Amino acid sequence: MSIVIIKYNAGNIFSVENALKRLGTEAIVTGDIKLIREADKVIFPGVGEASSTMKYLREHGLDKCIQGLKQPVLGICLGMQLMCSRSEEGDTDCLNVFDIDVKRFISKKHEDKIPHMGWNTITDLKSAIFDSSMENEYTYFVHSYYVPMCDHTAATTDYILPFSAGLHKENFYATQFHPEKSGTVGEGILRNFLDIK
Amino acid sequence: MLAKRIIPCLDVKDGMTVKGTNFVNLRQAGDPVELAIRYCKEGADELVFLDITASHEERKTFTDLVKRIAENINIPFTIGGGINELSDVDRLLSAGADKVSLNSIAIRNPKIIEEIAKNFGSQVCVCAIDANFEDGAWNCYTSGGRIKSDKELFSWAKEVENLGAGEILFTSMSHDGVKTGYANEALCQLSESLNIPIIASGGAGSMEHFRDVFTQGKADAALAASVFHFGEIDIKDLKDYLRKENINVR
Repeated sequence: MSIVIIKYNAGNIFSVENALKRLGTEAIVTGDIKLIREADKVIFPGVGEASSTMKYLREHGLDKCIQGLKQPVLGICLGMQLMCSRSEEGDTDCLNVFDIDVKRFISKKHEDKIPHMGWNTITDLKSAIFDSSMENEYTYFVHSYYVPMCDHTAATTDYILPFSAGLHKENFYATQFHPEKSGTVGEGILRNFLDIK
Repeated sequence: MLAKRIIPCLDVKDGMTVKGTNFVNLRQAGDPVELAIRYCKEGADELVFLDITASHEERKTFTDLVKRIAENINIPFTIGGGINELSDVDRLLSAGADKVSLNSIAIRNPKIIEEIAKNFGSQVCVCAIDANFEDGAWNCYTSGGRIKSDKELFSWAKEVENLGAGEILFTSMSHDGVKTGYANEALCQLSESLNIPIIASGGAGSMEHFRDVFTQGKADAALAASVFHFGEIDIKDLKDYLRKENINVR
C-alpha cells in the first residue's frame, strides 16, 4: 500500500511522517501530482495561513488534483479547513470538497483564549477513522479558525461553541485536531485511516 | 472541555538531561528521549526541552536530538534556548519541534516575535518571561536571570501578545526552586489581562500547588521540572488528584 503525504508550503508535514513511521508505515512526502493520484491513501496535513497556502496550491495545480482524488484522503488541521468552501482567514476561496465556510473564533469572555490550544474532548463520532472507544477522549488542537457544525460533521468539540472537530464525505475524511500529536488516541485514528478498505 | 495542561521541562546539556533523576528502569538515566517517552506514558500533555549550552559547535548535536525526540514521542513539544534569529526557528521546526520558546532575544529584538508569527504562525511562538518581584514591581530579566531589563512584566506581556506571540511562559524568579507554590497573584492578573494562554513556571513543590495555580492563578498550563525528575510527584497521581479537585485534565 502506498501512502502519500502532500508536500506544500506548510509546516507539520514531518510530524505526520514520523507518526506513520511509529505505526510501521513508510510514507512518500511529495508535491508530485502523478504520485499523489496513484497513491492508495493521501494525507493532506498543514499548519499555516489559508490564503497564501491556497495561492500556492493553485499555482502548483494541487487544488484540482486534491478535488479529483478518488482514494481515501485525510485532511488535518489547516488541511481540513482548506477542504471547505471558503475561509475567513485571508478571505479566500478554498477547495470546496465540504460545502461549508470556515470562520474565526470570537471570544465571549476572557477565559475564551484564542488560539484554541491544547487537549479537548471529541464526541458524537461518525465515520471509519473513529471507533467507539474514542468517544469523549482528548485530542490535541491548535487553531484560531473553526468549521461550524454541518451535514458533514463527523466529530464534535465544544470551545466557545460546538464546532466540527472532524468531517466526512464519501472518500474525504478530515480532523481539526492533530492525530499525529494526540498520543495513543491519535495513533488509533491514523491506524483506522490506514485500514480503510 | 479544554483541559489544563501539565508540562515537564527538561534541561539539556551535551545531549543529556542535566538535573538528575531517580527513575529506575531507564537504560540511560540522563537520555532526554528516554525520559520524554516515560513522561508521555505517564500522561504529560506537552514537553519543553531547554538547550542550556547553546554554543555554536553544540547546536548540531542538539538539532539531532530534536529529530530523535520528534521521531519518538506522540505529543507536542517546545524547544527553548539558543534561539537568536529566524534561521534557528526554521532549523528547530524542520527538525520536528512544534513550538519554540524565546526569552532574551525577544527583549533585545521584539520584532523577532512578529517575524516568527508571520513566517511560521503565532502558534509556534512561545514567549518566555523571567521576572522578579522587587521594590513593589515585577521586573523582567534576560540571560537566564542575570541581567535586569527595562521591561515591566504586565506591560511587556501585553506588548508580546500584540506582536503575535501564541503563548506566554511566565517564570517567577522569586518562586523558582523554592517549592512553596506558583506566583498565583501575578499569574491571575496576566491571565485576566491577556487573550493568549499562560503557562505558569516556578515554585511547584506539591500537588496542592498545581491545584492552586489553576484555581487561583487561572493558568492554562503548569510547567515543572525537579518534582517530576526526582519522582516526588508522579504525573498520573497528580492528574488523579486534580480530577478529584474538579480540575479538568486529560
